[in-house]
This record gives sequence, C-alpha cells and structure tokens, in this order.
Amino acid sequence: MLSVVAGILVGAVGIAPADVVAALLGGGDGPSVTIVRELRLPRVLAAALVGGALAVAGTLLQGLLRNPLADPYVTGTSAGGALGAVAAIAFLGPGGGVLVPLCAFGGALIAVMLVWRLARIGGRTTVLAVLLAGIALSAFAGSLITVLLVASDRLALRLRAVLDVLVGGVSVRSNAELIVAAIVVVAGLAGALALAPRIDAYAFGEETAAALGVDTQRVAFGILLVTALLAGAAVALAGLVGFVGLVVPHALRAILGAAHRRLVAASFLGGAAALVLADLGARSAFAPAEMPVGVVTGLVGGPFFVVLLARQQRVLA
Amino acid sequence: MTALVARGVVAGYGAAPVLRGIDLELSGGGVVAILGPNGAGKSTLLRVLAGLLAPSAGEVRLDGTTLSTLSRAAIARRIAVVPQSFELLFPFTVREIVALGRTAHLGWLGSPSATDRAAVDRALAELDLDSFAERRIDTLSGGERQRAVLAMALAQEADVLLLDEPTVHLDPAHQRGTLLLIRELARARTLAVAAVLHDLNLAAALADRVVLLQDGRTVAEGSAAEVLRQEALDAVFGKGLRVLEAGEDRAVVPLRP
Repeated sequence: MLSVVAGILVGAVGIAPADVVAALLGGGDGPSVTIVRELRLPRVLAAALVGGALAVAGTLLQGLLRNPLADPYVTGTSAGGALGAVAAIAFLGPGGGVLVPLCAFGGALIAVMLVWRLARIGGRTTVLAVLLAGIALSAFAGSLITVLLVASDRLALRLRAVLDVLVGGVSVRSNAELIVAAIVVVAGLAGALALAPRIDAYAFGEETAAALGVDTQRVAFGILLVTALLAGAAVALAGLVGFVGLVVPHALRAILGAAHRRLVAASFLGGAAALVLADLGARSAFAPAEMPVGVVTGLVGGPFFVVLLARQQRVLA
Repeated sequence: MTALVARGVVAGYGAAPVLRGIDLELSGGGVVAILGPNGAGKSTLLRVLAGLLAPSAGEVRLDGTTLSTLSRAAIARRIAVVPQSFELLFPFTVREIVALGRTAHLGWLGSPSATDRAAVDRALAELDLDSFAERRIDTLSGGERQRAVLAMALAQEADVLLLDEPTVHLDPAHQRGTLLLIRELARARTLAVAAVLHDLNLAAALADRVVLLQDGRTVAEGSAAEVLRQEALDAVFGKGLRVLEAGEDRAVVPLRP
C-alpha cells in the first residue's frame, strides 16, 4: 500500500505531493493531472498486478514441485508466455491486441505443463530436473522468438512492443488491457486461495498427498492452470520479469511459515509491493531515462537465486 | 468391524510384477507386521492396500467395496497411510502437519470445520503433542517428528492404518515406544493396522500377527512364534540368522562368522 503511494508520488517529472492528491481527486492543473492519472496510476496498478501475479504463481509452483527454487521465470513458464505474446504480435499485427494476453496464457500453459511432465520423468520431481527442464524450455522459446523476429517484417515495425515483452517493462497500452488483466489476476488469486489447503498436502510429496485424499491429477492440473493464468497475465502486461516469483514467497515463508493459504495472500501483497518499488527504482535511477523493471528484478533476484542454489547443494546432490 | 481384504493381488511397476498373488486380511483392533527381505514386495503391498497402486490382477476390498471404485478422498476417509520418509522442505508447524490429515474431509473451498479442528486437537492430545503444537516440525527430535506424522494419520479418523517402516529413524527404546503406541491406538480405536517392519524382534514382541513375504508371495503367516522359525528364516533370508526361543518370545540374532 505504501509502495503504491510512493509509486504514484514519485516519477520522472517532479510533481508536488499536494498536486498529485489533487490530480487523483479530479482537480489540479493540466499536465500534472495527465501525468498522474494517465501515466503513473495505470503503471503503478499494472506493476502491482504483475508483481502479485508472479509471486502467487511462484508460491504455487514451489508448493507443487516442493522446490524453493521454482518460479514462472526459472521454470520457463514466462518464456512460454512471451513466445505466445510475440507470436500474437507477429501474426496478428495491430488487430491482435486482445489476443496477446490469450496467447501469452496459452504459451505459459504449454510451458508449465511440459516442465511438470519433464520434471516427473522417473516418478519423482527433483530440484535439478525442474531447473534443467526450465533452462531447456527457456532456451527453446527464446530461439523461437528470435526466429519470429528474423522472419517477420511486421515485428520490425512493432519493435517497441516486442522489446517490452522480452526485457520486462511495465507498459500499459490501454485501460481496457489493465481491466482485463486485473480480472484475470483476481480470478487466479481466488483459484490459488481455494487450492492452497490441498497444496499443503504435498508437504511430504505427491504420493502422500494422494494418501491424504488429494486427487493429485486434478489438483496438479488446477495448480498449473492457475499458474499459467497468472504468469500469462503478467507477461502480457510486463513481459519477462524475473525472480519476483522466487524471492517473495521464499522470504515470506521464512517469516510466516509454510501454510499456503496465508502464504498465497501474503505473496500477492508482497509481490505487488516489491514490483511497484522495483518499477519505481527503474523509473527513477536514471531519470528521465527509464530502465525496464526486469533489469531491476534481475539485478536483485539473480544473486539471491545463486545464494539459494548454493544452500540447496544437499538437495541437488 | 472394518476389514481390508486383498485377494490374489498381482502388482508392480514394469513388466515383471513385484507382487505375484498375495492374499491378506486386516481387521479392526490388531496389528499385522509385514516382514521380508529387501525387494520382497512389502512396500508395494502397502501401496496396493492403500489404493495408491492398482493391482494388475486380483483386488482389494474395503468392507466389500473394491478400492479402485472409490475416489481418493473416499479412500482417505477410511484408510490412513503413515509415510516412510517425512523429509519436509517447508517450515510447517506440528499443528499444520496434523491438520493435513483432514484434507479428505475438507469441502470444496478447503476451510476446516469445527469437526476438523476437534479431530486435530484430539490427535495432538492422544500423541501427547499439545506442548509442541505450534513448534516448527524441523525443530523436533526424530521421535517427536514420528509422533507428529502418526498424529496426522490419526486425525484422518480412518479405520485402517498402514505404516511403512514407522521406526526406521528411531533408537531402540523409541522403536518399542512407537510400536506400543500404535498397538494401543489399534485397540482403543479398533483400527486395522498393518506395518512394514525390518526389525524381526520388534515384530515378534509387538505384532498380533506376522506375515512373511518372499519374492512377492506370502511364505508364512500367523503368530510370531509360528512364523519366526529357523527353517523359514533360512529359506527367506539365507543362512545368516539364528532364532532363539524362550517360551513365546522369539529373538533373531545374526550368526557369528
């Protein structure tokens, strides 16, 4: 909540806090009203949605795979979504606006189902198998994106849109897009909260979950579906934003414990706050030039991931 | 009284079956120990009895109903399984772990009812875990952790309890304590209990009935005194063990070279 306030108050153009409040309430003078209401507010809301969605998706994947190193980015789910989004931009052109999120969801779903299948070869999911499957998928999706970029002259014309997807920058092209994304993310959050107690049952692994009465096939599919919804919405809004889904649930689990209903709710709020702050940093570090937020999360999350990986050595061995 | 009955069960994971025609009957109030060398099919038998692995021939019936016709939740309301390994990755508290036993009783939205909470409290109290309830399970000793997992299975309020090597990480005193506790619970709640055990002496002292498996078949079944005989063990485990007899007591010791 605080970070949302900060995100609206601070920006590339200095505007006095009193003017910001006035602009939000409908008063104030011309340019600052436009900047606050049409640029900053949607962008902060979008960053909150993206951060919340990625953190919840990360929580679900970590619980299902019993793997603290899983998130939509590391597992290649986001890359699948990005491929879907780029394909939509390439093949559908300017008219493809509404289909971009849909294709992002489709790509994310295919990717996350593949990771799930690949990670389970041999009957049990290991941390290593998940990471390797994620690397393979990300590389494959990345190559296909490059093929699309080279092969399609339409993409050259829409380079900015493609770049947004690949680098991870929060960009809101229309209010309609924001509203659709908000509906999808809220639906995903509701699904995640409903699934949470059954994810708890995976604490001792899939077989014990089944012994505890979980219909493991249906629940796993539900988790993957919700994950893809959330990751797809995040990719459609902000492209490839790494590590939010990894760091936020991990940090909150250490504080709040492992029960997933509490963790899902907290991750949504924590992820939203984290990404709004990261986006704020991205906007202000080199103001008036703006960095994509994916750069900030990568700078923070990359080292965090390495530290986690080092601490997981015994699991990997 | 609840009865879980396996008839002519053939089951396995690949082409060659692990279980090759097993009959077994469990009924309320008694503890059956499943014994046998590595690879005999003990854990596989337990998985089939729990409905986690479908037999390729034969069937398992719970009070007359074939297990494979029941949903996972319906089975879990009647049959509880205590897992062999309980390595936890995430910091659940003891109460949260015990509450997992209520998973099969939860509604679609997954919120616990008053009945669920009462079952958890009862299981915690029965295993003397009240003072540990809010502790994280990774801060407990092996014995306390074993009790927590047992409490999870009890909270399930099932009629059948299946345990895969429940004493594997415990010292001898805790091994006896755990099995004694399981036996008392079987009597108090008229549970039908089957436990896979490696320790023949433990089984001899504490099980009501003993089943000896070899190569996916039952080679002997009965009281410990009837099953743990020198010829039977020589045939199943090879000639490295010696059976000492003292009245009804049986002790199996490794032969000196």
